[in-house]
Amino acid sequence: MILLALIAVPALAAVGAYAHRAAEWRAPWLVLGALLHVVLVALAWGSSTGRVFGGWLALDALGLIVLSTVSLLFAVVASYAVGYLRRESPRGGRAFVSCLLAFLAAASLVALSHHFVLLWVGLEATTLAVAPLIFHRHDRRSLEAVWKYLVLSSVGIALALLGVFFLATAQAGAPAGRPLVLADLLRDAARLHPAWLKAAFIFLLVGFGTKMGLAPMHTWKPDAYGEAPGLVGGLMAGALTSCAFLAVARSTQVAVAAGIGPFIQPLLVAFGLLSLVVAAAFLIGQTDLKRLLAYSSVEHMGLSALGLGLGAAGTYGAVLHMINNAFVKGLLFLAVGNVLLHPEAGRPPTLSGVLSRAPVSGLLLLIGLFAVTGSPPFGTFLSEFAILSAAFQGGHYWIAATVLALLAVIFVGLAARILDVVHGPSPRSGEKARESPWLIAGPLLLALAVLVLGVFIPRALFEALSAAARALGGRAP
Amino acid sequence: MPRLADLLLLLVMLTSFVVLGTTRLSTCIRAVAFQGLLLGMLPLALYPNGELHTWGLAVGTMAVKAVILPRFLSWAIREAAVRREVEPRVGYALSLLLGVVAVAAAFAISTGLPLPERTREMLVPAALATVIIGLFVLITRSKALVQVVGYLMLENGVYLFGLTHVERVPFLVEAGVLLDVFVGVFIMGIVVFHINREFDSLDSARLTELTDR
Repeated sequence: MILLALIAVPALAAVGAYAHRAAEWRAPWLVLGALLHVVLVALAWGSSTGRVFGGWLALDALGLIVLSTVSLLFAVVASYAVGYLRRESPRGGRAFVSCLLAFLAAASLVALSHHFVLLWVGLEATTLAVAPLIFHRHDRRSLEAVWKYLVLSSVGIALALLGVFFLATAQAGAPAGRPLVLADLLRDAARLHPAWLKAAFIFLLVGFGTKMGLAPMHTWKPDAYGEAPGLVGGLMAGALTSCAFLAVARSTQVAVAAGIGPFIQPLLVAFGLLSLVVAAAFLIGQTDLKRLLAYSSVEHMGLSALGLGLGAAGTYGAVLHMINNAFVKGLLFLAVGNVLLHPEAGRPPTLSGVLSRAPVSGLLLLIGLFAVTGSPPFGTFLSEFAILSAAFQGGHYWIAATVLALLAVIFVGLAARILDVVHGPSPRSGEKARESPWLIAGPLLLALAVLVLGVFIPRALFEALSAAARALGGRAP
Repeated sequence: MPRLADLLLLLVMLTSFVVLGTTRLSTCIRAVAFQGLLLGMLPLALYPNGELHTWGLAVGTMAVKAVILPRFLSWAIREAAVRREVEPRVGYALSLLLGVVAVAAAFAISTGLPLPERTREMLVPAALATVIIGLFVLITRSKALVQVVGYLMLENGVYLFGLTHVERVPFLVEAGVLLDVFVGVFIMGIVVFHINREFDSLDSARLTELTDR
C-alpha cells in the first residue's frame, strides 16, 4: 500500500494543483504533496513494505536510499518554492507547480520499480516533467536550453530502451524467469547470455549516463541548469541525477551478479574519469554561476560512476556520494537562486559582494563551496575518501593520483568564482536585501544535513548503505 | 503469415529511405506516419493468433504513431508557417548511400548475433537499420522538426526490436512506453512551435546563444 501511495500521492497532488486555478493555492498543494511524501517515506523505513504487482514494485536498500534522498530534497525545494512563488510568478503558474509534483511521482516510480521497462518509463517521465520547468521563461535562451535537453535526453533514453530489450534477449536462456524483473534477473544471472548482456550494459550506460550527465553526453547540462530557475536546477542536479544514478546502478547490479564485472568496471571508470577531466577543464574561468554548478554536477556524477567501477568500498562511496551530492547541489542552487532573485542581478548575471548584501545567502554559498569540493567535515569528504581509498586498495594508483589532481583543479576553479561572488566589492554597498525565511530555512537545513553526514552516519543508514554496496558487488569500508 | 511480416519489414526500411531522400518536410511526416501504420500492423502479422494484448498494442501504436503525432507535426508546420524544405547538412544522394550502408551493416551485425529461437530473420536487422537511420537523420538534419521525425524513427527502431519480446512483456509496460513517446514528441512539437516564433526559423543550427565563454 505504501508503495502505491508513494507514487499516487504526488501524482494526485499534481492533478489537484492543476485543477485549482487560484494562485494562492499553488504553494499549499506543493507543500502538502511534499510533506505527505516525506511521511510515507518515513513509514517505509519503519515497516516492511512488501511488493506490489508480483515484484514489479518493491523497495530494497538502494531504492530506499534514493527515494529518501529525493523526498527530503523535494520537501526542502517545496518549502523554498513558497518564498519563490511570492517573489516571482513563473509563467504558467499552476503548470509549474504541477510539473514539480509530477516529477516527484515519476522519481518515486524510478526508485520503486524493480522492472527494467517500468524503470525506463519512470525515468523518461522525469525528463518530460522537468522540460516545461526549464522552458518557463519562453525566451530564446530557455528555448535553446530546453531543445538541447529534450533532444539529447530523449535520444539517450531511447538508446537505453534498446539496452533494456537487449537485456530481455539476454534472458532468453532462462525462460522460467519473468522478463526484466530485477529479482528474476539476479536469480538467473548465471544463465544470462553474456554477449547480449554486454551489449545491453553498454546501451544502458550510455543511455542512462546521458541523463546522469556523464561526459561526453553531458552537453545539455550547462545549458539546462543555466536557464532553469534555481529551485528547478537544484531538483535536476540533486534528484534527477540521483534517479539516473539508480538506473545505472541497477544495470551494474545485474551485470556484476552475472559475473561480467571485469568487462563493465573499466567502462564505468573511463566515463567517470572523462567526466572529471571535462568538468575540470570547463570549470576554470567559468563566470556564470549556474553553469559552474552544472560542471560541478558533471564532476560529481563522474565520481559516483568511478566509485561503481572501482568496486569494493567504492560502491559504498558511490551511493553515499549520491546522497551528499543531492543535498549539496540543492543547497548551492537554492543559494544561487537567492542571489539571482535580487533585481540588480542582470542577464547574464554579473555578481559580487553577496556577503555584504545578503549575508545568509552569502554564508550558504560559502558553506556550499566547501561542501561541494569535499572538504572535511562535510559528508562529501567521507564519500570521496571512500572512493579514493577503493582506488588505492585496488592498486589503481594512477587513477587515484589523476582523481586527486583533478579534484584540486576543480577546487581552484570553483573557489575562484564563488569567493569572488561572495566577497568581491558590492556594486551598491550599504543596501541590504531582505532575505525571506522561506528562502533561507531550506538551504540551511540541507547544509546541516551534509554536515551531519560527515560527522555521524546513523546506524539504519549505515546498514542500508552497506546492503546497497553489497548488492553492487562491493562492501562497506 | 510470415511472408506478410517480411513484406511489412521491407516496407518499414523503404519508408526510412523516403525520409532520407525527400526534399519536402510534409513527405517526411507522411513517411513516418506510414511507418507508424506498418509498425501497428506488425504485431498482428508476427503473432497471428492475436490475443487481446496484441490487438491493443496494434491499435495503440497506430493511433499514436500513424495518426495523432503526424497530425500534430503537420499542424506545427502549418501554424508556424515553416519553409517546406528539409535543408540537410549532408546531401540527399550521400544520405541515401549511407542509408544503404546502414542497412548492410545492420544485416551484417545481426547475422553475427546469437539470436534466440523463434525470432524472424528480418526483424532484428530491420530494427537496427531503423535505429541507425533515425540517429543519422537526427544528426544531419538541422531543422528542428525533421529532428523530431528522426527521433520518431529511432523510437520506431527500438519498438521493432521490442517486438521480439511482445509475448513476454506485458501490455501495461508497452502502454507506458507508448505514452512516454507520445508526451515526448508532443512537448518537442510545442518547443518547435515556439522556436519558430522566436527565431523565424525551425533551424536548430541557429540555437547557438548558449556556449562557454
